[in-house]
Amino acid sequence: MTLALEAPRFVKTLPLLRVDHVSKTYGDVQALRDVSAYAYPGEVLGIVGESGSGKSTLLRMMNLEETPDQGSYSLNLPETEGNLFDLDRFARRMLCATKIGIVYQNPHLGLLMKHSSSGNVAERLLVAGERSFATLRAKATTALEASEFPLERLDAPPIELSGGMQQRVQLAKAIALEPALLLLDEPTTGLDVSVQALVLDTLKRLQQDRQITMVIVSHDLGVIRTLADRVMVMRRGQVVETGLADQIFQDPQHAYTQQLVHAKL
Amino acid sequence: MTAVLEIDGLSKAFDLHHLGNRIAAFSKISFAVDAGEFVLLKGANGAGKSTLLRTLYRSYLPQAGQIRFQSSHGEIDLARAAEVDIAYLRRSEIGFVTQFLTARPRVSAEAIVAEPLRLAGVAADDALEQARHALDIFGVKPDLWPAYPTTFSGGEQQKVNLARALILPQRLLLLDEPTASLDAKARAALVARLAELKSQGTAMIGVFHHPDDVEHLIDRIVDLTPDHYNEEDRADVAV
Amino acid sequence: MSLSELTKPWEAMSYGFLDASAKRELRRKMIKAVAVPGCQMPYASREVPMARGWGTGGLQVSLTLVNPETTVKVIDQGADDSVNAASIRRFIARVAGAPVTMDTLQADLIQSRHRIPEEILSEDQILVLQVPNPEPLRPVQPNMSIARQMHADADYGRMWLQLYEQIVRSGRVMQGASYPSLVHGRHIMTPSPIPRWDVPKLHMAKHLTILSAGREKRIYAVPPYTRVEPLVFSDVPYRVEDHGGLTCHRSGTKGFFMNEIPQDGGTSTYEVSDSEWGVKAIRQRDGEGVIKGETWYKNGEMAQ
Repeated sequence: MTLALEAPRFVKTLPLLRVDHVSKTYGDVQALRDVSAYAYPGEVLGIVGESGSGKSTLLRMMNLEETPDQGSYSLNLPETEGNLFDLDRFARRMLCATKIGIVYQNPHLGLLMKHSSSGNVAERLLVAGERSFATLRAKATTALEASEFPLERLDAPPIELSGGMQQRVQLAKAIALEPALLLLDEPTTGLDVSVQALVLDTLKRLQQDRQITMVIVSHDLGVIRTLADRVMVMRRGQVVETGLADQIFQDPQHAYTQQLVHAKL
Repeated sequence: MTAVLEIDGLSKAFDLHHLGNRIAAFSKISFAVDAGEFVLLKGANGAGKSTLLRTLYRSYLPQAGQIRFQSSHGEIDLARAAEVDIAYLRRSEIGFVTQFLTARPRVSAEAIVAEPLRLAGVAADDALEQARHALDIFGVKPDLWPAYPTTFSGGEQQKVNLARALILPQRLLLLDEPTASLDAKARAALVARLAELKSQGTAMIGVFHHPDDVEHLIDRIVDLTPDHYNEEDRADVAV
Repeated sequence: MSLSELTKPWEAMSYGFLDASAKRELRRKMIKAVAVPGCQMPYASREVPMARGWGTGGLQVSLTLVNPETTVKVIDQGADDSVNAASIRRFIARVAGAPVTMDTLQADLIQSRHRIPEEILSEDQILVLQVPNPEPLRPVQPNMSIARQMHADADYGRMWLQLYEQIVRSGRVMQGASYPSLVHGRHIMTPSPIPRWDVPKLHMAKHLTILSAGREKRIYAVPPYTRVEPLVFSDVPYRVEDHGGLTCHRSGTKGFFMNEIPQDGGTSTYEVSDSEWGVKAIRQRDGEGVIKGETWYKNGEMAQ
C-alpha cells in the first residue's frame, strides 16, 4: 500500500473540470461505476483503458452528449454554474459550442464531410453568432493554420482529405472559439504511425502555446505518455488508478496498470 | 543552516502483481539536506540510489515515511503531497537532472532551454538570451541553437538537456548520473554550474558513477548499501 | 319542435367547399400562425378537387377566409390568366359565390404562386402564398424531428453555413427563389418560391401574409408590420435580381420583375411578370383611365 495523499496545499486554483461519482448503465451493462475525475487549468488528463472500459462514455459525458444515471459535472468557468448534467438542451448546446472543443476518432462524427474544410470550422463561429463573412473566413483560416492544416486546401471538403488532415480540420473546429476545455477521443487511432506522430506533435504544440486544458482518451499508452501530465486508468467502468504520468508509467501500483504498462514497454 | 529536505523513515518497495511478490528497494531511510549542501548517494548496484531520487521526485510512490520539504510556501511532505502540488513544485522548486533529453519535435534547442525560465515568468527575450548563454557554456555550437534537438547526437542532446535542467536556480536539485558519457568540456561546465547553484543555496542530492568529477562539491556521503549503514543516517532492514 | 326545424336542408356541399370542422381547424391554426410569426403550424390538410402540389394548401386557406363579399384575385407566377390561376379563381367563385378581380387594388384576398404583386398591398388585404416545401432547414437537416428542435432552439448556424459554402464555391450567394428569411427576429421561414425581388416586400408590410403547404400540411404567417429579414452576412449585402434596368417589350414598363423570353439568335426580351401591372400600363398608354397603385419598387429600386 502507498500513502494516502493530502488535499492540494500550494495550488489554490480550483480544477477547471470536475466529474463526481458518475454512474451509468445501458441495459444490463454498467458502463461507468462511481467514476470521478478532475483536471486543473492547463493540465492534460490522459484516460487509458481497453475498449469497453468506459473511457469514451466518460468523454462523451464531458461533452454533454450523454447524461449519467447519477453523478455531477461542473466546469469552473464564469457564467457556468452547478451540475452541467442538469442543463437543458439549449444551454448544453451553447456551452459545448463556446467552451468545449472535441476531436473524435471518427471524423464523420465531428465533420460535415461534403462541406468545405473552412466551412466546417466556420460553423462553430456561426453557432456562436458570428455573422461577418470576412471574419468567419479569417478566423477559420487562423484556426486551420494553428492546426497545421495546409491552407491551399482551405476549401476542400474533408471527404477528399487524408485521415490526418481530417483530424486537423476537427482540431481547428475544436479550437476555433478558443475553448477552455479540449476533449480528444482517440484522436490518432487508425492513422499511419508517421501521420500519428505529426498530429500528436501538433496537439503538443497547441497545448504548450495556449495552455489549454485537455482530456485525452486513448488505448494507446504512447499517445498518453506523449501528451498527458496526469493519467487515469480505467477498467470495466471503474477507475483503477490515477497518478502523475511519469509515476503511472514508472511505478504503476495496480495489477491491471502493471499489465498494461509492461505489455506496451 | 536550515534543512531544505528532511527524509524520515522513507521506505520503497515494488509490488509485482504478475509475479505475486514484492521487491524492496530501500526502507526506513532518514537523512537531511541543508540549503547549499551537496549529498552524494553511494551504494552498490541495486542499493536503490536512483530509486531514492525518483521517490523524492515522486515518480515513485513510497510506502512509508516522510519527505519534509521546505518550499518557499512552507513545509510540505512530498510523500503525501497532492499531485497538483508536486507538478507545481517540479515547475518551480525541484529539479531532476538525468542524462536523457526528452526532445520535442519542432522545438528549437534554445526554446527548450528557455522554457523553464518562460514558465517562471521571465520575459521572452531575456529567457532566450540566458538560454543561449547556457548552451554556449555547455559547448553547444551557435549554429545548433535554433535547430531541433531531435536530430542531434546523444552527446549534444545531453548538453541541451543539462543546460535546460540547470538554467533556473532550484531549491532542490536531484542529479541522476548527469556526467555519464559527457565530454571533458561539458563536464567542466556542468561542475562549474553546479558549484554556482550550490553557492546560491541549492540543495543537491546526486548519484555519480565517477564521483571524482564532483569531489570538491561533496559535503556528505550517504551510503545506501544495506549492510553498510550508519545509524545516524540510515536504519535499514535487510531485503 | 320537429327534426326538420333543427336541421338544415340537405346541400350538395358546405359553403366554400370545406366542411365546418375543417374550416374551424384552419382558422385556429391561422390564428396560431399569426401569433407566432414564421413558425410552422401543422394542420390536417384536407382533400380538395385538385392534385397535391397545385396549390391545395393555398386553396384551403382561401376557402376558409372567403365569404360572399370577398373579392378574390388568383395569380400564378405573376399571371392572372394562366390555366392554374384561372381554374382556382373559378373554383373559389363557384363554391363561395365570391366576386373575382384581376386588379390588385380591388382584391380583398389574393392567392398567389411564386410572386407578390408589384403594387403595395394595404392593411385590409390578405396575401395567401402557396408553398411546396415549408421547411427551410430541409437542405441542411434531412431529419425533420431534429429540424423542429433546431427551430425551437433558434439553432440556425447551418443556414448561414449554407450561404458561406455558396460564397466559397461560387463567389456569391446562389440561393434564388425561396430565400430563407428571419421573421420577427426569431423563426427562419421559407417565403415560398418567390424571387429574391419579392422578399423585401414582406418586411414591415401592411398586409397579412399566410403561407400554406397542402402536401406538407404546414401553415405559417407573416402578420402586418413584422420584420422579415433575408439571411445575409453583415458584410455581404442582400441582392435582388438585376431587373431594375429591364423594360417590358409589350407594355414598355420599366423597373419591375421580368420574365425572360429567349429569342432565336440567343438574345432575350423581357415581359413584366406581374401581368395585371403590364395590362394597366398598356391601357394607360392607350389612353384608358386606369388607377395604378403605389409600387414597392420605384425606378427599379426598393423604396426605403
